[in-house]
Amino acid sequence: MDWQALLLSVKLSSFTVLLLIPLAIIIGRGLAYFQFRGKSWLEALILVPLVLPPTVIGYYLLVGLGNQSFIGGLAEQLFGQQLVFNFSGLVIASIIVNIPFAVQPIQRAYETIPIDIRDAAACCGMSRMRIFLKVELPMVWPGVLTALVLCFSHVLGEFGVVLMLGGNIAGETKTISIAIYDSVQAFDFDSAGMMSLVLLLFAVSALALTTSMSRRLGGLNATQR
Amino acid sequence: MPHNADLVCDISQELPIPLAANFTCKAGEVLAVVGPSGGGKTTLLRMIAGLTIPKQGRIQCGDVLWFDSAEAVMLTPQQRHIGYMPQHFGLFPHLSALDNVIAGLDHIPKSERKQRALDWLERVNLHGLPNRLPAQLSGGQRQRVALARALAREPAILLLDEPFSAVDRETRERLYIELARLKQQLSIPVVMVTHDIHEALLLADKMMLISQGKMLQQGQPFEVLSHPNDEAVARQMGLRNIFDGEVVEQDVERNMTWFKLGEELIISDSAPPLAKGQAIRWVIPNQGIRFNAISSGRLCKSINKLDVMIESVLVMGESSRVIASVIGIGSILNADVPTHLVEKLALQTGVQTTIALKSEQIHILNTP
Repeated sequence: MDWQALLLSVKLSSFTVLLLIPLAIIIGRGLAYFQFRGKSWLEALILVPLVLPPTVIGYYLLVGLGNQSFIGGLAEQLFGQQLVFNFSGLVIASIIVNIPFAVQPIQRAYETIPIDIRDAAACCGMSRMRIFLKVELPMVWPGVLTALVLCFSHVLGEFGVVLMLGGNIAGETKTISIAIYDSVQAFDFDSAGMMSLVLLLFAVSALALTTSMSRRLGGLNATQR
Repeated sequence: MPHNADLVCDISQELPIPLAANFTCKAGEVLAVVGPSGGGKTTLLRMIAGLTIPKQGRIQCGDVLWFDSAEAVMLTPQQRHIGYMPQHFGLFPHLSALDNVIAGLDHIPKSERKQRALDWLERVNLHGLPNRLPAQLSGGQRQRVALARALAREPAILLLDEPFSAVDRETRERLYIELARLKQQLSIPVVMVTHDIHEALLLADKMMLISQGKMLQQGQPFEVLSHPNDEAVARQMGLRNIFDGEVVEQDVERNMTWFKLGEELIISDSAPPLAKGQAIRWVIPNQGIRFNAISSGRLCKSINKLDVMIESVLVMGESSRVIASVIGIGSILNADVPTHLVEKLALQTGVQTTIALKSEQIHILNTP
């Protein structure tokens, strides 16, 4: 069992959800509430990571964040370190890859808030921040929690993008999925089996929680109508 | 907040949906905005609330200018300080009835909010239910929580969007009485959107008919019902007895007009400027038709008598709808007759009888 890889995966998942969920709330709310030109294109763009092979995403990120790229060059100038083959690069990649997993449940949750409730909140004299905290967030939290669980577990098991962009540097980019691959390559099936079991148990628990949250969201919406 | 302040609204737009309205709603007055679904009623209410921005116009409440396209004034709903009850009440599902009312009380000190909310829940007869979630309340109770929330704010105006559409008939009738009682205590303009003419007749001091974004007519409800401007208004008011006629004679001094329906001479107690021989459209409400008792000959002294054949009788509780065709002309008349009279006069399908049209209820429509 490669504890260092497991800890790195948990760290990567935590950073990703911490940065991605607030962003997904803003994007999901905007997509649910507002109609604007190019909305369908934006929604399609958000879904792209779902349909592209991870290696293709990894390739583009490698090119887009590499030292020769504008972003990669800028990051090296500003922070003195490159984005590829580095933990910070993995966080950026994980955020991009997981945007659909985060935005979709939150957008769906926002779409279930009836316009009557939004109108009533504004007419009650509540400020925008108060509406968000007192009305919207309690109503969309199952969606937010679903997004959080999905992203966390998805990052934990991410393989293709991580391998393409981060390689296999112990303590820096070697996540648990890479460690499993390494173990199999080295015929260490005990270790690979243990790590796979940990991921499997986590995935099943996460999906059970997500399903339960979705049901709760459905039940809540039914009572609003 | 300005109380005893009148609402003055004059707005218009073509896009995204055409809408034009120009009206005043005085403090203490209930204005019913009536019209079919999709006619622009809710959009108008949302514009008054500041939830939708009209393209042009001006909305003012007392001395406070809420919206003026020329002066680029646009107050938010929060700044307008209104009481708004959406069609489905808009209660926050995760908050108790009490917390829903408290949610509208940000403008008063925190220490006073709970007592104010409890007082209002008491006033709308929701004693003992403050801790229930909206899902645990009946439709009528939810409506009253929403009303309490809107009124507890001591708003400058009260906006009600189809306030009775989501409750059953029994609850609705109880709520009519409650709103009528509440109306006497309020000194703010109340704008109520409804598609139900009877609600407007029952509760409103003034009504405004709106259809396809256009304001068709406004005035006192019974005035609009008895004197619709034109055929579109008459149809919107649910009047079905609209017929052609030809002017025979007018006596402006006595305010009377004689006209022909087929070969029958009809007298109307109104004399709009018309020429002899002019083709007209005229209307009579369902309640403006009297039926003769077959045996008594009760209508022998009446004017505007017509022989009719009853086509159908539809009993609708205490009232019945009698549909009859005028013999020799074929025009179909709809009459609402108390059910006990239908039985007493033995009105049945296929029976020939005589009716009389009340001359004071015959209204000659304006022609475009």
